[in-house]
Formats: sequence, structure tokens, C-alpha cells
Amino acid sequence: MSIHQELIIEASQYLDTNGASLKPLPDAFNENKLVSDLYQALVLTRLFDETAINLQRTGIIGTYASCRGQEAIGVAIGHAMLADDVFIPYYRDIATQFQRGVLLEETLQYWGGDERGSNFSQQANDFPLCVPIATQLCHAVGIAFALKYQSKPNVAVVTCGDGATSKGDFYEALNMAGAMSLPTLFVINNNQWAISVPLERQTASPTLAHKALAAGISAVQVDGNDLLAMYINVSDALEQIRQTGKPFLIEAVTYRLSDHTTADDATRYMSQKALDDAKQKEPLIRFKRFLTDQHSWTDKEDQALYQQCQQQVDTSVEMYKNLPPQQPGEFFDYMYEQLPNSLVEQKQAFLDGLKRHE
Amino acid sequence: MNEWTMIEAVNHALAFQLRANPNTVILGEDVGVNGGVFRATDGLQQEFGEQRVIDTPLAESAIIGMSIGMASQGLIPIPEIQFMGFIYPAIDQILSHAARLRNRTRGRLSCPMVIRAPFGGGIHAPEHHSESTEAIFAHIPGLRVMIPSSPARAYGLLIAAIQDPDPVIFLEPKRIYRDGKQAIEDNGEALPLDTCFTLREGIDLTLVSWGAMVKETLQAAEQLAAKGIDAEVIDVATIKPLDIDTITDSVNKTGRCIIIHEAAKTCGVGAEIAALLAEKSITSLLAPIQRVTGYDTVMPMFQNEHFYMPSTERIIKAATKAMEYR
Repeated sequence: MSIHQELIIEASQYLDTNGASLKPLPDAFNENKLVSDLYQALVLTRLFDETAINLQRTGIIGTYASCRGQEAIGVAIGHAMLADDVFIPYYRDIATQFQRGVLLEETLQYWGGDERGSNFSQQANDFPLCVPIATQLCHAVGIAFALKYQSKPNVAVVTCGDGATSKGDFYEALNMAGAMSLPTLFVINNNQWAISVPLERQTASPTLAHKALAAGISAVQVDGNDLLAMYINVSDALEQIRQTGKPFLIEAVTYRLSDHTTADDATRYMSQKALDDAKQKEPLIRFKRFLTDQHSWTDKEDQALYQQCQQQVDTSVEMYKNLPPQQPGEFFDYMYEQLPNSLVEQKQAFLDGLKRHE
Repeated sequence: MNEWTMIEAVNHALAFQLRANPNTVILGEDVGVNGGVFRATDGLQQEFGEQRVIDTPLAESAIIGMSIGMASQGLIPIPEIQFMGFIYPAIDQILSHAARLRNRTRGRLSCPMVIRAPFGGGIHAPEHHSESTEAIFAHIPGLRVMIPSSPARAYGLLIAAIQDPDPVIFLEPKRIYRDGKQAIEDNGEALPLDTCFTLREGIDLTLVSWGAMVKETLQAAEQLAAKGIDAEVIDVATIKPLDIDTITDSVNKTGRCIIIHEAAKTCGVGAEIAALLAEKSITSLLAPIQRVTGYDTVMPMFQNEHFYMPSTERIIKAATKAMEYR
């Protein structure tokens, strides 16, 4: 019997759960600016997430999908990407979006049931949050094609959850990117749960990263709660993709510390013990310990940061509440660049109907 | 002037647009080296290169999904789905994304693309190669669905579809791909979108059809003329959005309407046209609207497909019945 190739996936971690470094860190992490920027983004995302859940509970926004526990993955991606790279998110990726120029109030607007929230004022090319599972991976491959076709030195960065790796579009996209050698970074956000179905019921694959190997794509499994490991691996992957033009995949292992969405009740399927264990490994505590131990971060600085981030979130809530409503019938206007006669008629009938009710 | 069949007209329209706009790319299964299984893209990879006429892996959902990504970044992808029977894995991408990207982002991103697929029966093909499920796509908000019925309309409508800034499903009636030639000038001139074409004027009744069935419909009109019945024939051409004005103008004049399509009867595009006529022209009607269509069965394999396809005889029978109402 001959062996074609041994399928080995390496696991990458830099900080243990206490925030102590397991190996020497790149010099960049000795600089206060980078690490404090990363931490600021973590805290902002966490506070936004908590606020958004409260806003849903009080009826100010609609159903919301929390990203609690997986903020480090999104922050690392957003921080490592270049402005002209293109980000193609799934629906829990606000941490990356905030780093990419999407405004907090736009995110509230989206979850508040207003399409205008995906018309990002500060971000021209990134895709909006993707709700159908795994479809976005195919879009990313096409975007990577366009970047290559236009001779741009950029990468299409796409994320999905662990459940998405069971879908056909996941395999089709990976295979396409591999076969056509397209500059795509796939990041699987493995938070262990697809609503109520745990990872062990999702696949028999030893890791989700292994799924890349069949497509001829190199991959690594990273501790997704370790912000430094995520940042280093995403940065390295992007650099490698820019050099080789070939796709790469990162499986980021984390844990969903929330219900699937505000419409879900995870106590029906997630044990309290599993949740408590996962909380011990969550990214914010770990990174704060790292900052305290290696950057002399003080509790006072920490409190000031939380206060400043909460203020930013509160301001965005006020801005969201004060946004003007859509024009009546605006939902007709973007179906086509130019409305066909049949839609002009339907819109007029709709507007006439409104008048009769006045 | 060139004398082209429909498949040649498609090929030349594609070549014209590839030449005119360097952002235009063709992708799909067997479209490159092989030039497409029907030869729609014959010679295009040789002329425009492997980066613009791309043989993809065999994955319909990814072909369409990838095209959406390309379109969002300024390219104009023209994906080919080899047969309509194989488009269904891509419906999620078409319905959930291609048709919605402009609306979801309030115009920030858009999806200018043309999905070409040969469709329809009557060519003695294997199972799953004879579908005509255009109504599925006509139901989806945000799409255009276009179907040519002659070489000249294939050329002019395909040019129009590629120049259109929104996603178009362009269905090519493969039964008439090589059914005669027409003189066409290769000048890149587009035919109007969202417009029916009146192919024959008449005063007694209106025959409405599209795609390959236009052939039988025109034959029926000729035979009816011999019996002294003067039929108007309309080729719908763009079934979504529908140019109902041309149809109502005709029916207001004739008072009788027969809709002919190959697709299954229930919830076919004929049902939509009949409903619109009921809304807009019921007082002009002298006879019930009739539909001459395929049956609500699976498209039979080729031993029986001729029983399924609407025939000239069935159209004449319906027309004769309509004329009995005074």
C-alpha cells in the first residue's frame, strides 16, 4: 500500500486560559498600541452584543444573533485584513464588521428590520450579513476571482459556522477555490453548536480543518478564544495567500456562550456544566490577564475602557432610535435598477392605499 | 449580413459583448475547450482566453454563487447551466442572493449577470434534459426571465440581457437552436427588454406564446388563415416582467385569447397572463381564455414526449372552439 499524503492538521495556541504565553510572541505584541486596540475591539463588541440583546428584550430591535464568546475570532480577522480586501460574513460577524467600518447603528438598523442597515456608509465592497447557511462561501470565491482578474493584491475573506461545513455549498466553494487557485481565506467559526445540534452530530471528521485537505487547500486549527493566536494565524494566512495566490482555511475553535438567537432557549439542549466550563476559556478574561501580566494593564484602565466603549454603544443606540423611517414604498425601489411598469403600478396602488387610510 | 441559426446568433452575441467589454466573462461546465455541449461558446476560449471563458468544476450552485461574487465587484459574468434540468441546485443562490443583492444593500451592491440555460423538450434527449420550468423563475422578485424564439431575437435579446444591470435568466429553446437561419447584422444592437413582439397581426383571436412553441403557434395561425380565421400572434419574449399592455391591446381588439406553452399547466406563466387579462380586459372577452399547454405530469421520456408537447392541431382545435363564441 502506498501513502498519497498524510492528512495532518496542526493546532495553534499562544496564550493558555490564564493568559500566560505558551511560546515567544512576535515583537509586534510588545507594543501597547496593537494589543490595546485589539482589546478595545473585543470589549466594544461584547458591550454592543449585551446591549443588542437588551434592545431585543425591550422590543427596540428584532431577533438578534449574539456573538458572545467568539469575539476574538472576528476582531482578529478585522484587524488583520487590509482595507481593500473584501469581507464576506455570516450572521454573527459584527466584530469583524465594526473593524471594517460598519457603524454600530447600521448593525442595529439591520437587526431592527431595516434593509438600509446593509447599505454601509463607510464600507463599499463588503457583503452584508448572510443568513442562508454556507451560500456566502461561493460568493467569496467569485469575489476572489474578480480580485485576481483585476490584478489586485487582495484577498476575499469569508466566514461560516460549524454547521455550514455540512452543506454542499461549503464543499463546492472549497473545491472551486482550490481547483481555480483563487485568493480566498476561509474561516470556520466552530462554536460547537448549530442551533441545538452539537459538533459531534454534525460530522465524523477529526477536525473541521481536515475538510479543506480534500480540496487541496492547506489548513490550520486555531484556538479561537486566543486573540493572539487568531491574529497571528490570520495575518500569516493573508500574507501567504498574497504571496501564492492560493486559498487557505482556518478552523477557529470557540464556544457559543449564548442562545442561538434571542428567539432560542439553549437550556433545552446545552448543559450548564458545558457552559460553565466554556466560560472559563472565554476570550476577554484571557486577554485581560495577558495585558495585566505582560503590559501592566490596570483595573482602572480597564474600567475606563469599558466606560468609553459603553458610551460609544449608547451613542449608537440613540442614533439608531433617531434614524428617519424609510419612505413609504421604498421597499419597491431597489428590486431593479429601473422599476418595470408592473412594479411602478403595484407601488402606486400601494401608495394610493396608504392615502385612503389617512 | 450573416445567415445564422439561433445557436450561432447566441455565439455571436456573446462574442460581441466579450469584445465590447473586458469585464465580461463566461463560465460553466464544458464552455471552454469544448465550446459548450450545444456549441454556444464555440471558439470563444480560443479568442478570449482561459481567464474569460472558464471551464469550471461541475458544481451548479458554486457556478452561480461565484458569479454573484464576480458581479458584485464589477465583472459581468455569463454563467451557463448546461441544461435547465440541472439548474435546481443553484436555485438557492438565484432566489436568495442574485435576485436580492441590490435590494438587500439598497443599491450598494448589485448583480448584473446573465444565466443562460438551454430548455424545453422535443429533441429526444435523456431523462432530465427536456425541462421547461420557466414559471419557477418568473415567480421570483428581482429577476428578469427572457426567452427568444428566433435567431434575430436571440441575438438582440441576449445583447440586451448582458447590458442590463440586473440578473437575467436567459432560457434558450434548444429544439429550435438549429431550426433555420435568419439574416442578422453583427452590430451589437439590443432589442428592447420587457417587451412582447407581435409576429403576426390579426383581428379574430390572439395567440400568445414564447420559445419553441412560437413555431407551432405560427403554423396554426397560417392554417387558421386558410379557414378564414385571422389570428394575431404574440411572442412574449420577456416573461418577467411581463409586458401585459401589448397582450391586452391585442385582446381588446380580438376578444379571444389562447395561451400556448410547453410547461405544465398549473401555475404556468399562462395562468398569470390569463389572470391579468381577467383583471384588465374581461369586458372585451368574447370567449373564455384557453390554455394549450403541457400536462401536469413529469415530462415524459422521449417515447412519449410528442404526446406531451402542445401540437399545432391542439392550438387549432382551441382556436376553432373560441370562434364558436359569438
